[in-house]
Amino acid sequence: MIERSLKSLAAALAGKEISSVELTQTYLDRIARLNPDINAYITVAPEKSLAQAKAADARIAAGQTTALTGIPLAQKDIFCAQGWRTTCGSKMLDNFVSPYDATVIERLNTAGAVILGKTNMDEFAMGSSNETSYFGAVKNPWDRDRVSGGSSGGSAAAVAARLAPAATATDTGGSIRQPAALCGLTGLKPTYGVVSRYGMIAYASSLDQGGPMARSAEDCALLLDAMAGFDPRDSTSLERPADDYLRDLERPLAGLRIGLPKEFFGEGCDAAVMASIEAAIAEYRKLGAETVEVSLPNMKLSVPAYYVIAPAEASSNLSRYDGVRYGYRAPEYADLNDMYAKTRAQGFGDEVKRRILIGTYVLSHGYYDAYYLQAQRIRRLIADDFRTAFKQCDVIMGPTSPTTAFKLGEKIDDPVQMYLFDIFTLGVNLAGLPGMSVPCGLVDGLPVGLQLIGDYFSEARLLNVAHRYQQATDWHLRRPAGLD
Amino acid sequence: MSLSLEQVHRVAQLARLEISDAEAETTRTQLNAIFTLIEAMQAVDTKGIEPMAHAQDLSQRLRPDEVTETDRRGAFQAVSPEVEAGLFLVPKVIE
Repeated sequence: MIERSLKSLAAALAGKEISSVELTQTYLDRIARLNPDINAYITVAPEKSLAQAKAADARIAAGQTTALTGIPLAQKDIFCAQGWRTTCGSKMLDNFVSPYDATVIERLNTAGAVILGKTNMDEFAMGSSNETSYFGAVKNPWDRDRVSGGSSGGSAAAVAARLAPAATATDTGGSIRQPAALCGLTGLKPTYGVVSRYGMIAYASSLDQGGPMARSAEDCALLLDAMAGFDPRDSTSLERPADDYLRDLERPLAGLRIGLPKEFFGEGCDAAVMASIEAAIAEYRKLGAETVEVSLPNMKLSVPAYYVIAPAEASSNLSRYDGVRYGYRAPEYADLNDMYAKTRAQGFGDEVKRRILIGTYVLSHGYYDAYYLQAQRIRRLIADDFRTAFKQCDVIMGPTSPTTAFKLGEKIDDPVQMYLFDIFTLGVNLAGLPGMSVPCGLVDGLPVGLQLIGDYFSEARLLNVAHRYQQATDWHLRRPAGLD
Repeated sequence: MSLSLEQVHRVAQLARLEISDAEAETTRTQLNAIFTLIEAMQAVDTKGIEPMAHAQDLSQRLRPDEVTETDRRGAFQAVSPEVEAGLFLVPKVIE
């Protein structure tokens, strides 16, 4: 049962082959057994999950089902879920039980999905290895001495270890695509504004975007169908008619124009990883696609631009954690200012503090033009590069990450090395484009991710491009050993 | 550029983050390494380029000025560190 696709699980539920309570219990048992080692979940609450499963079974019995009714899902702990402890990976919110639902949670609840638990993540989604979590690092199910990637490392490890059939995640600079790549999964970051940010704890508001993480493109399409849509409660939600993300899945790839940016294929990427990417592109040629060289000349500038814009927005967003209305408050302090300073010093971890300091500095008097405005101008250059490239191609391909999963502890003391690891993913967020990562190989037993980047609102096309590849190959069906 | 220890303390104070002298020193080293990375931006000529704040360059949506929320003060205050009689409590600020 744990190897089945969402579609097949839905059929099993509809056909009374299994109940949602039984399916949910199967996963809860696996979580109880395997999570102490993997650390993919921060919070599980079996009685809540089983109550939802019971309600889903009643819906199924009454014939009122959607594609997700009765399906248990792992929720990244960045999404507020009413009555659930929602920590965002931080000591600051260790004791926070959300009084309301994020729109994503509300939509999935309405569809009848079951919340299996809240998954581990880098603190406030700031990290690329899940090592900045207050609740400890997540171990990569493929090699437990290695990182899961981040920031949605818990969601990735949960799905890879079969502790959930699929999961939600968020992506501000690569946080869906990179852990999906490192854990051998399929993940999709939608066009900015497609999935509501309401109740999704803010990191960098002009970049944050929620999306699905699953084993296949088809599963991602089913999830995105339920997650996406206009939301008046999110001021940057896009008012567009609802899309059907499954509509194009089977479309043949003959004539597809794949753009290969020369900056993705130069130095800086591991040779064995690059060989897997080349093999995937060869497979696409067999499927009828053509390739064309394109250029993203400002790609390297995405790292500095991102590390100005994201921390600037973070320093503003995280000013809300003041120990007054919710979350942690320092036990001892002299006065109000001292309470703020001690609460924040004790409640935030090192990486979050670093980004708050960078952000505060670049927004401070006298530095705003040189840093923040310059970064926003470069942001436009980066977006324009993509616009030019998409005149020549339908989809851009390249590696998601320069190497496979690195060792736990390898980069955590060197923030700059950690930041540079996201070189291939940051530009997509700055431009606001949709992007995916699709498993395309194994190097020394560790997964490699192929990144697909599409033009604005081309999610259905990207899912189609990923799905046809997954029908011709079986990388997405590979599973880590030793997790039975 | 290079941040001084004094600047680190000043920024920490603006950000309301208590920082010890020892932490400030480590932080200074790390921030300077990050700013070295960020400096690569300064070499780029961006004259005439409009800053991009939002992926779709949309203006903020307007909505009618209507009450849409129900009163859930109790539920929202239940997660506060300290409340009394419907008020959030903070240390005394006016003598």
